Amino acid sequence: MSGYKGKVWLFGNNIDTDVIFPGKYLVLTDPNEMAKYALEGLVQGFSSKIAKGDIIVAGKNFGCGSSREHAPLALKYAGVGAVVARSFSRIFFRNAINIGLPAVISKYARDVLKEGEMISIDLERGYIQRRNGERLPVEGYPQFLLEILKDGGLLQNLKKRVKKEKRR
Amino acid sequence: MAMTISEKILARASGKDRVEAGDYAVGKIDLAMIHDLTGPLTLNVLKEVGYDKPWDPDRVVIILDHQVPANSTVTAALHKRLRDYARKYGLKNYHDLGRQGVCHQILAESYVKPGMLVVGADSHTCSLGALSAFATGIGSTEMAAVFLTGELWFRVPETVKFDLKGKLERGVSAKDIILNIIGRVGVDGALYCAAEFAGEGVEQLSVDGRLTVCNMAIEMGGKTGIINPDRKTLEYTGVKTAPLRSDPDAEYLKVVEVDLDEIEPQVAMPHSVDNVKSVSEAGEVRADQVFIGSCTNGRLEDLEAAAGILKGKKVNLNTRLIVIPASQKIYLEAERGGYIRTFVEAGGVVCNPNCGPCLGGHMGILADGETCVSTSNRNFMGRMGSTASRVYLVSPETAAATAVEGRLTDPRKYVRGYRT
Repeated sequence: MSGYKGKVWLFGNNIDTDVIFPGKYLVLTDPNEMAKYALEGLVQGFSSKIAKGDIIVAGKNFGCGSSREHAPLALKYAGVGAVVARSFSRIFFRNAINIGLPAVISKYARDVLKEGEMISIDLERGYIQRRNGERLPVEGYPQFLLEILKDGGLLQNLKKRVKKEKRR
Repeated sequence: MAMTISEKILARASGKDRVEAGDYAVGKIDLAMIHDLTGPLTLNVLKEVGYDKPWDPDRVVIILDHQVPANSTVTAALHKRLRDYARKYGLKNYHDLGRQGVCHQILAESYVKPGMLVVGADSHTCSLGALSAFATGIGSTEMAAVFLTGELWFRVPETVKFDLKGKLERGVSAKDIILNIIGRVGVDGALYCAAEFAGEGVEQLSVDGRLTVCNMAIEMGGKTGIINPDRKTLEYTGVKTAPLRSDPDAEYLKVVEVDLDEIEPQVAMPHSVDNVKSVSEAGEVRADQVFIGSCTNGRLEDLEAAAGILKGKKVNLNTRLIVIPASQKIYLEAERGGYIRTFVEAGGVVCNPNCGPCLGGHMGILADGETCVSTSNRNFMGRMGSTASRVYLVSPETAAATAVEGRLTDPRKYVRGYRT
């Protein structure tokens, strides 16, 4: 789980769910379809420009607005490996973790990291590793959230729990 | 130790004597709501899990509201999935076309009681805190977890208290209060917090107005908006008592004082809800479209206020007016009050209860360069259609005055003598 590694894409404050995933596409239910429109409101053709595993690094209140899970789903299926932000809107934060996309809180990342640089994130130890050796601390998760991310999302976590129930 | 109403509800729901801000609690859910855009994703997850029966069919509410009636085969298929699911389990709380309205309004009219723990797969579920419930929006996947287990984890939020003093001037209403507050504290001014509205200013507000205020708590990052119960709450919800309320010495993260006497008609300018000015200082804004409706301002009091201004007048020839009552019940009451006739005679259209243009889904969509003055709750870039369009958020009074003049207009000159 700790192998999150990719190129940095910088964004500003208050990136809302409508620019991450516009309302007119909310009728889509296939995440691979959703991916085509990820961040369409801000970066034309975002999903074809990013490489698998790339990392979004943003300012405060990332994902504010709607509860649409389409927003983190579109990012994940477009290839985004993790989103780092100074703070997240509460529903986006939960949704991202629930679909297995790490939403990582870092006070300093947005000010320090450069567009396009390669970073890796170690969630269990709680830091971002830069190529120059520098480490930026990130906020830790409570254990049960780490478990959900380890399982790949709440769905996989639920499946495991349902299996256990059946065995009883 | 003293607790806030939010802490008391989360303590009750998680079977504890007390919880405090920062604790994690697993709460038993009293009501769980899905709609036509978020619900199908929940069903996808349940299908993957291989077990889709809700834990308690009576606590599940399904409402078609975002794109009703279906406008395409894709939407029709989404509706059919929810309909089939409701039939499969004989869900009595299923609201199909003609028996529905905007989901939060239906929850307010028929389901929510003070002290409940309510989750909805829609961010504006926070509206229901107006009825002294702890109500919050969640995603589709965690809603699947709720359907399976009847429980969900919560981080007990800190509470920001907004103390409303004084009295609103005529022509200024609940929407102006909440826009003013968001303009002051910013779009993350209550991030992850419960926003508790209190004081004499809240006591004066009708339940309709309280729903408007709590509706937009999410626009400052709030987990819920919430108001302590009083006589109006009990009357509206039909219960005799509502024992859970904030202790007088409960702890707040901060207290923000709001002087209602000072508030003028407000407008949130594009493309952020905290980009708030007084209408009188907003400059010239031509309106191609005016929308009166949504979970923020589609209630009877809103339609009454708008009709009061539009009565006997015509919508400006350069402007399109769309009015959408938030529920079938409101639609009928507005018909009885003569408001529907007023809107149609003025040259507006009245559509069936649904979310309408608010989210740019299936009606009232804006072209490049167009502007809508709207009573809804979000003005993000591209929210109502083209990313080159602009949305201004206002009260129903301001929207109605704007429809008459074809440009953003302070409604106070139209309300003299009205609603005395």
